[in-house]
Amino acid sequence: MARLETPEALESFRQEIVSKRDPDTPCVSICAGAGCVASGADEVIAAFEKEIQDQGLTATVSTKGTGCPGFCEQGPIVVIYPEEICYLQVAAADVPEIIEKTIKNKQVVERLCYQDPATGERAVKESDISFYKAQQRTVLCNNIKIDSKSIDDYIALGGYTALAKALGQMTDLEVLEEVKKSNIRGRGGAGFPAGRKWEGTRNAPDPVKYVIVNADEGDPGAFMDRALLEGNPHSILEGLILGGYAVTAHEGYFYVRQEYPLAVENILLAIKQAEAYGLLGKNILGSGFDFTVIVHQGAGAFVCGESTALMTSLEGKAGEPRPKYVRSNVKGLWEKPSVLNNVETWANIPLIINNGADWFTAVGTDSSKGTKIFSLVGKITNTGLVEVPMGMTLKEIIHDIGGGIPADKKFKAVQTGGPSGGCIPEHLLDLQVGFDELTKAGSMMGSGGMIVMDEDTCMVDVARYFIKFLTDESCGKCVPCREGLRQMHRILTNITQGKGKKGDIELLEELSETAVEASLCALGKSAPNPFLSTLKYFRDEYEAHINDRRCPALSCKQLISFFIDPDRCTGCGTCRKQCPADAIDGDKKLIHIIDQDKCTRCGTCFEVCPPKFSSVIKLSGEPVPDPVAEEERTIRKKTKEKG
Amino acid sequence: MGDIQFEIDGKTVTADPGMTVLEAAQKEGIYIPTLCHHEKLEPFGGCRLCIVEVEDRGWTKIVVSCVFPVADGIIVRTRSEKVDRLRKTIIELLMAHAPDAPDLVTLAEEYKADPDRYERDASFCIHCGLCVRYCAEVVGKHAIGFVDRGINKEISFVPEIAAQECNDCKECFPLCPTSYLQAAFVYAQALSFPEKNGSASGTQSVSGQD
Repeated sequence: MARLETPEALESFRQEIVSKRDPDTPCVSICAGAGCVASGADEVIAAFEKEIQDQGLTATVSTKGTGCPGFCEQGPIVVIYPEEICYLQVAAADVPEIIEKTIKNKQVVERLCYQDPATGERAVKESDISFYKAQQRTVLCNNIKIDSKSIDDYIALGGYTALAKALGQMTDLEVLEEVKKSNIRGRGGAGFPAGRKWEGTRNAPDPVKYVIVNADEGDPGAFMDRALLEGNPHSILEGLILGGYAVTAHEGYFYVRQEYPLAVENILLAIKQAEAYGLLGKNILGSGFDFTVIVHQGAGAFVCGESTALMTSLEGKAGEPRPKYVRSNVKGLWEKPSVLNNVETWANIPLIINNGADWFTAVGTDSSKGTKIFSLVGKITNTGLVEVPMGMTLKEIIHDIGGGIPADKKFKAVQTGGPSGGCIPEHLLDLQVGFDELTKAGSMMGSGGMIVMDEDTCMVDVARYFIKFLTDESCGKCVPCREGLRQMHRILTNITQGKGKKGDIELLEELSETAVEASLCALGKSAPNPFLSTLKYFRDEYEAHINDRRCPALSCKQLISFFIDPDRCTGCGTCRKQCPADAIDGDKKLIHIIDQDKCTRCGTCFEVCPPKFSSVIKLSGEPVPDPVAEEERTIRKKTKEKG
Repeated sequence: MGDIQFEIDGKTVTADPGMTVLEAAQKEGIYIPTLCHHEKLEPFGGCRLCIVEVEDRGWTKIVVSCVFPVADGIIVRTRSEKVDRLRKTIIELLMAHAPDAPDLVTLAEEYKADPDRYERDASFCIHCGLCVRYCAEVVGKHAIGFVDRGINKEISFVPEIAAQECNDCKECFPLCPTSYLQAAFVYAQALSFPEKNGSASGTQSVSGQD
């Protein structure tokens, strides 16, 4: 393939690719994202390839491993074009049937289609599935359509047309103005307007400037950047080149965490492909604009997602933040003006250039425009990646898209914004998602993590968990974060273990203030959020733990006891046989009794007691009733037990 | 010279562009407490004790004076209820590690900090980094560095370098606000390069520093 020398050459090349492809030829798209691969997508892909070959269909049917379409709960996902038939949880064993029925005879294999848990109805197309219906997928939509290792697939769908438009018809300043006008705010956490950040870099006097992709996604449970990096790497790369053009930078960096090997592989391949096509390197599309991209792998420190720590790490030093009273966009990487944006922000840029700022601002709230990808996880029926317009309410995301809370449990809170975000309670579920809205509620947008919690979740323990995460991830440079979090974690652990003291809440508040006000970087400044937001909305849980030694969610091990209700126990022995601590005494037709001294509160008895008996009870904050007297232990009631 | 004019604790001061608030204050003889600052070293911004309140165009914020650049018209307050409260917490957090360090004891008296506020940790280093940075920036030997991260971070001598360089230098010893650095050196020496020690003179000169 020769280099594309002009924007027109790109367009005719695109038409050439499209003309070679018959839209009616069946194409089997199989998600090859990390989630589906973990559930066996590789075997499914191999099975399709083998079956197609065995049946002599290679000339008429194509297969491709694609990026993640988001519905990870139901992987491996297979979509068959042109009908867009969507099969979920496909196994290699299902492949012959799919080929026979769907490919050859245009029939739907019903059992592999999504079944609505409420109505029992089957949905054939992806767009009919409730999980996708309310979403607005402008960034993620191409993931399932393109082979993430094929630049031709990306180009066929209009890839690099934004770059061609910018280089062919727009000045660098016009590109900047368009991005400014779109009012897009950084998708990485703080929500700083990207256009203003770019302008600062462009206007900085130093002629050497850099543009950087922050692909150091590290929030527990968050994988939206991963899905884009793995599934549609060219969209990010195109955004980055456009950014370089707009701010007059000639060098760009991908800072990718090495825990994402597939992302690293796909990005490196994308760069190579773009270079071969003349979309990267010297004199891009004959415009005279030069731009090169370097990939740097992070070594796994969470704090390296913080802008100054990331840049310090890029420079080859230990990833510690540095004070930034002068912004990085003026004095950043190697003290040069540097634009750092998150993966999702960059992926939005080609869309803004192609469709215009007005198209982008048509969606969203007053202060937050466009769509946002969230990773919806936790106690939720439909786990996965969701892309929704800014301004959608949390309730719509959790109930309409997420399908609500499984197992008839009650919703308790949703944690947004990653570890340093906050927990939002039920009475605020009508809150619209947006940068300022979430911040006002004591949480934040962060990079888009959304963890749903049900009534069994202890909010004090949630705060302890996230503070522990941040304590482990603190770089240790400044005192309020390193020492403050160490002590906060200690106090929160004590509270969850029933060793809380009067005054602990006030002490935690004081440590929080110190961390918020005096920490060096955003990690420390936002670290107390998990505590502050849970205290704000669930103060009663803190007080119950400290004052009554009681865990209202019946979750904290040291504060709960298990007890077998003598009136309900049928002596079936299930709990006794499965108790790993040998703490249950009983026999056939004998009421079972838990030896509280031996019990490790693992909860096995509670889980295995047959639901029709439900005789194991969790208690907290109250004494365990005395066991029944020995002479009353024999069960006289009629049971179904034979013999 | 002295292009920038602003106010510290009600006093109008002048400073050069690029100076930090701490430098400007020190030049004027206005005291701001520090633990990780050293005039020969690049500002570190680690201990956060030098926080001050800055009012800039109606906005009041807490900044770290050792890295905050001076600017025209700002109003700096080196003490306020909030600044004192934050400093007190910082001192208390550090006293969980080094309750008897003279600098901390003096600061604790000034800010009414309670040395027993937080559970003690059996490590005496307060991570000011003076030894690490002095060895790197002034001596140029890199004989001591930080290892690990976060709450597990420690200072550690690099035996191969320390064995060659440290016995004749030890310029970092008096910089340490606790006694931990010297202990770390003795420990490294005992474990890693006892033969370079001479007739235990290393240990003697360590105690001779006091």
